Amino acid sequence: MNAFQQYFFDLAQQHPKWNFIYFYDPVQTERVIDGLWMTLQLSVICVIFSVIIGVVGAWVQGAHSKTVRLLMQGYIQFFRNTPPLVQLMFFYFALGQFTPTYSPDGWLEVPIISNVGWAIISLSFFAGAFNVEIFRAGIEAVPESTQEAAEALGMNRLQIYIYVVLPLAFRVTLPALNNNLVNLVKTTTQALAIAVPELLYQMISIYNDYSTAQNACMLFLFFAYIVLVGILVFGMHRWERGMRIPGYGQ
Amino acid sequence: MSDNDWTPDQPLVSIRDVHKSFGNLEVLKGVTLDVMKGEVICIIGPSGSGKSTLIRCVNALNTIDSGSIKVEGQEVHDPNLDKLDLRKKVGMVFQQYNLFPHKTALENIMMAPLKVLKQPQAEVEERAHKLIKRVNLGGKENAYPGELSGGQQQRVAIARSLAMNPDVMLFDEVTAALDPETVNEVLLAIKDLAQDGMTCILVTHEMGFAREVADHIYFTDRGVIVEHGPPATFFTEAKDPRTKEFLSQIL
Repeated sequence: MNAFQQYFFDLAQQHPKWNFIYFYDPVQTERVIDGLWMTLQLSVICVIFSVIIGVVGAWVQGAHSKTVRLLMQGYIQFFRNTPPLVQLMFFYFALGQFTPTYSPDGWLEVPIISNVGWAIISLSFFAGAFNVEIFRAGIEAVPESTQEAAEALGMNRLQIYIYVVLPLAFRVTLPALNNNLVNLVKTTTQALAIAVPELLYQMISIYNDYSTAQNACMLFLFFAYIVLVGILVFGMHRWERGMRIPGYGQ
Repeated sequence: MSDNDWTPDQPLVSIRDVHKSFGNLEVLKGVTLDVMKGEVICIIGPSGSGKSTLIRCVNALNTIDSGSIKVEGQEVHDPNLDKLDLRKKVGMVFQQYNLFPHKTALENIMMAPLKVLKQPQAEVEERAHKLIKRVNLGGKENAYPGELSGGQQQRVAIARSLAMNPDVMLFDEVTAALDPETVNEVLLAIKDLAQDGMTCILVTHEMGFAREVADHIYFTDRGVIVEHGPPATFFTEAKDPRTKEFLSQIL
């Protein structure tokens, strides 16, 4: 045990309410790292998917077909108006019953989509529903006349969307998108309900095993999410600055 | 196209008895006019007389209710119209410039040839540099629209449209939103085009300019062409009382 570990070991002996066990017990350290890694993966993958869903969904919302627009509206209403925790449980426990299984070792049946898979699907669609609305607002802020100029230059609807509308809409939507992505990162903790071993799950496991570690675990959770979300916000702000157009919108 | 037997001695743009309504408001009530290759025509008239609507119909930004508009023999008012084919032939410049604010002047000019015509980057870039010099904006290649004056933006918009190598250019009150001191630089760019033989249809309030560059002037009021003629006689020998009244107010 090095001095750092020794310090926290001694602290736990003297103050049983402050048992930072993950600092001196390598097994618990590994659980924290695993949890952090899982949370990071969940966050990054869900952020990417939810943004893709938002961009594609906002494009679909402008479709000519009324049925397509209604379907998109239905999707948004469903995912926006129901709790993400219920969605997670519905995807995993209800839909999970109907997905095919396979048997890697010959006797245990494993579903094709794991709990992590369902968490990614569920959370991406949850945040994606908000992103569709966010991007739609941004798109509506792009002047009709600018799109008309693109049309007069021979661009079709998709080209106008990709080269003119999206780049301009993105700049308008970044603050709102930022908020939603921050929420998404925090909502990944709810994957705990379907036993995804993310950070909250691991921390609770630790203090279930070592009840004196409870306060220290919660402290770490706050700290970890402040840093995680801080990095995301920092990145988004840098992006926002990088996309700023000289002489436009200020 | 197989059914197109247009030859350059026929009108490049042929507008026949065009009617157009917005709701209950009929803005075009049977407009007929022809524009030959290399001709410059100016459409003048009071606000709300349907001038802008008319030229927006020529490149299918607005639909028409009845009549016919042909560009190089191609019917614009055709549900199966290949819009890209039409818009390659017809360039348009707007009152509010409508540049892409997130692109530099040069990128604005290059976007359509690159993305729509899929022409090679080097060739497009070379042409864009020439065009930007042609509209007297050498040195402003990397400026964003927000960093340019109205007149400069409008000249970029002209260059952007020219980059598609159109056969006819539409100008929709392109100086109306400009500060008086920058109007001239835009008019000079258009004049330069006209003298180069570009077919132009202009909607304008610049009577002096119309008199100078137009081959033919059309006066519209309440959705019809009231009177037309070459500038030499149009301004001095107007016969219709509405034309006379309009000219007396504006000259």
